[in-house]
Formats: sequence, C-alpha cells, structure tokens
Amino acid sequence: MTLGLSLGVVVGYLVVALALGLVAYRVSETTAEDYYLASRSIGTLVLLFTTFATLLSAFTFFGGPNLAYAAGPEWLVVMGTLDGVLFAVLWYVVGYKQWLIGSRNGYVTLGEMLGDRFGSVGLRALVAGVSLLWLFPYVMLQQMGAGEALVGLTDGVVPYWGGAALITAFMILYVTVAGLRGVAWTDTLQGLFMLSIVWIAAAWVLSAVGGVGAATGAMLEARPEFGSFGGGTYTPGFIVSTAITIAFGVTMFPQINQRFFVAKSAATLKRSFALWPVLVLLLFLPAFMLGAWAAGMPIEVPEGANVLPVVLNEYAPAWFAALVIAGAMAAMMSSSDSMLLSGSSYFTRDLYRPLVDATASERREAWIARIGVALFATLAFVASLFRPGTLIEVGDTAFSGFALLALPVICALYWPRTTRTGMVAGIAVPQAAYLLVVLSSVVPIVPTLPRTVLGGWDVALGLMALSALLTVGVSLLTAPTAEGDASRFAVAGD
Amino acid sequence: MTRSRSDLVWIPTFATLVAFAVPWPLWGVDRVVAGLPVWIWWHVAWLGLCATLFSLFVRSGAWERGMGRERAAAAESGGDRR
Repeated sequence: MTLGLSLGVVVGYLVVALALGLVAYRVSETTAEDYYLASRSIGTLVLLFTTFATLLSAFTFFGGPNLAYAAGPEWLVVMGTLDGVLFAVLWYVVGYKQWLIGSRNGYVTLGEMLGDRFGSVGLRALVAGVSLLWLFPYVMLQQMGAGEALVGLTDGVVPYWGGAALITAFMILYVTVAGLRGVAWTDTLQGLFMLSIVWIAAAWVLSAVGGVGAATGAMLEARPEFGSFGGGTYTPGFIVSTAITIAFGVTMFPQINQRFFVAKSAATLKRSFALWPVLVLLLFLPAFMLGAWAAGMPIEVPEGANVLPVVLNEYAPAWFAALVIAGAMAAMMSSSDSMLLSGSSYFTRDLYRPLVDATASERREAWIARIGVALFATLAFVASLFRPGTLIEVGDTAFSGFALLALPVICALYWPRTTRTGMVAGIAVPQAAYLLVVLSSVVPIVPTLPRTVLGGWDVALGLMALSALLTVGVSLLTAPTAEGDASRFAVAGD
Repeated sequence: MTRSRSDLVWIPTFATLVAFAVPWPLWGVDRVVAGLPVWIWWHVAWLGLCATLFSLFVRSGAWERGMGRERAAAAESGGDRR
C-alpha cells in the first residue's frame, strides 16, 4: 500500500508540473525567441528560481549529501563558495555583459553571439558542438539520479532502469510541448517546493534524533574527523580546483548561459544577483548537513544507494519521504528539461541551420528541434544504464569540460583585440586534450591518464590556464579577420 | 574621475569575498559552537556578508561606470527599459 502511495505522490507531482507546462504553452507565441527565451520577459522571482532550479540537479540533491556522508560536511563550504559566491560574481562579469549584448543584437545562443562577433560559422558550430558534447553526460547524470531515487524509495520494486525511463519520458514530453516559459514557471514552483521540503525534512529528522547538538555529537562520535575543517578528500587542491572548475563550468552550461539572455531588465539581474548567496545557502545547509549527520545515525546505506532517501525512510513517514523524492525528481527534471531545451536551440540554430539547411522553415526547424531532443534524451538514457561512475564523478567531468570554454568567452567579451584564430585555438586545443584524458579512463586499450595531480589538483585547472594563454597568445600573433566586428560587443553609451 | 577610481576597490573586495568564503584560517579547527562545527558558522556568516556587499555593489553603479553606461543606467533607473 505504501508503495502505491509513494509512486502516486511522485507521478502526481510530475503530472502537475506537466499541466503547468501546458498552460504556459497556451500563452506562448510561436517565435523562436519566445520558445527559447520567453521573449526576454522574465522577472526577478522567476529568473532567480529558474536559475536556481536549473543549477540544482541530481548532483546537488543526491550527490551532495552522499559526499557529505562519505567524506564530511566540508562539501557545504565547497558548494557554497562556488555556487553562492564565485558563480554569483561570474554571473555579473559574464552574464550582465552577455545580457546587454544579447538584447541589442537579438542573440539566442552563445555560439550565435560568438559566431556573429567573429564572422565565423565554424566557431559558432565549434562552440555548439563542444557544449552538446558535455551536455550529454550531464543529462545522463539526471537519469542515473532518478533511477537510483526510485530504487531507494520503493526498495527495489521499481528497477533502476524504470526510474530512469520514467524521467526520460517526462522530460521529452515536457520540452517538446512547453518551451522556456513553461520551463521557467515549473522551475519556480519546483524551486520553492524543494526549498521548503528540505527544511521540513531537516526539522523532522532533527526532532527525531534530539536536535542539532545531538545530531552533530553522534556524527562526531562515529566520524571524529568530520568536525575539523579539511583533511581526507578535502585537500586545498581539491577544494580550489572543484570550486573553480564547477563555477566557471556552470556559466557555460547551455541552460545557464541562455538564462543570461532572458532577464526583463537590468534591475531584475541586480536583484537576483544580490539575493543569490542567501538562496543558495538556504538549500545547501539543510541538504548537506543531513548527509553529514547521517554518518552518526544507526542506518544502513546499501552500496550504490543515496543517503537522503535512506535517512528519510528511517525517520519520516512514507508519504513525506515520497514527497522529498518527488522534489528531487522535480529538481532533476527541471535541470534536464532546461538542458534539453537549450541543447535543442544550440543544435538547430548553430549546427542544423548554418551547416545543413539555411532555408529551413520555422515549422521544419521546430520539428528538427523536437526530434533532436527525443534522440538526445534517449541516447543519454541508454548510456545511463551502464552507470559509468558516481553522480559526483560524472557531474564533475561535464563541469570541467564546460569550464574550458569560459576563459576564451570572457576574453572575447572584454578584449576587442581577440581574433577568430585565437578563439578557435583557445577552445579546440584544451577541449581535445581534456577529451583525451576523459576517454583514456573509458577506453580499455590505452593507459588511463591522471585526472588530478599533486594531491587533488584537477588537470582541468591547468587546461583552463592553457585556454586563456592560447586565446590571448594566438590573438596577438594573428590579425583580426575582415568578417569579424568588435563593435558587436560594444555596450558603452547607448 | 575620482568616482571611477574608487570603484576599483570592488575588485579586491570581490577577490576577498571569493577567497575567504572557504574558512582557510580555521583549517584543522574542530570546535563545535551552537551545535555545528565553528567553520560552518564562518561560511554561513560569510555568505550573508556577500549578499549584503553584492546589494551595495549593484546600488553603487560602479559596474555601469566601468562599462561606460552611466547615461543608459540613469535612463533605466526611472523604470524598466524594455
């Protein structure tokens, strides 16, 4: 009976989200700018929560508590620093400038913006291709998370592939009908929902174990090293490289980067920026501390399972545990549908239209986008069945891949002397090198290249430095091409 | 001109805000205060400080001056531009 109840809550929640998407669809116009950017009309609350919900995926909701459970609550500091502070600053540095340029010239994607500035279809396609490449493991991560979530909730009655398939079906359905307005609306609902539910969950569990002091005391008794800052997994190298690669990576995620274009006004951007650190902390504090406290609780976490559902099954009633899982699935869905939506705009606008069929009708483009989404999500679903790593590992790979795009893009935004060749070299070389490192751990015949060196320093950090050096160095050595137009990125005095 | 020079103070301010969001001075400290390790309180307080300074920054108009958009910003402050 409780099984039916749990599944009912999860599916019911997904259906409500879908209904909201359909309402948004009815008020939508049929232009690409409306479908992908909601006609650049998003206000503060919705912008804040849509960015928030998009950031918060399986990586945060399950991966985070799992890591805090295994290695200590320092994960809160790592994520708080990178998301709450560093990403916020980058939001201003990259996002505000992109918003100014985007609303002047009508850009919808990052590749389109760069391609237009440098007069290069090749660069446009390169940026889109690289983005889609790293988007793949991140979509897969959501499916893995959903699969694991339902296994945990139903004690294995719903198999791993069943949960992954359920969320795949929902996200395809969702993206193909709703567009950004629907995504943004449901994100707001889901962001508010997740925030309240995680606090209720913390309160519930804490009252059962005797309060914050008792929970921390039990945690320290079981794992004394959790109390002191640093140590174990958390070397300075790990903390710094994780914070930098993820924060820079996040700004280049298609679904986040495209959010930079959607604000209604500068005031919207400013308010969102100032509220951001507090909002991030409000979610991370209870979620990750629950994971860390779980180390001191008399619970058994099976191999490959997530900590959060196990804790809730122990201390909260079944319907509430189901509600939290529904919230987490919602988080994954809001990440995935945004990713797929942005991914489809990269695919149709930056690859299909310029390279395959420039004269395709709007109607045809819309169909290509939907077929692309379905295909991409299905392939990611198939790949997720092989479970190629933990949630944190898979996520980290994708973040680092995107992080390598960030410095060349910042260079292009702020340094008019940047040339097309500089951009191509600064993007292509580090990407190829990083891809080699990642593939070497998957392909059995070649020796595995190390991902970290000297006590936790990520090689992606070195490759980020290389991307900046190449962009600047090659730009200085080459002349700007005739097709390039630096004034496209000028924002002064209009 | 003095205004835009004092705007540059924001650059080291942001660098400090990012760098010390990680409680480096408390490395290895294991004191528990009010139920949580003391370095978690540092982080919580620091993010509060960030939110405060961020809102001061957006109100100061330093960014608009840096981008050469004072006039556009003044026009916008009357209401949303679009």
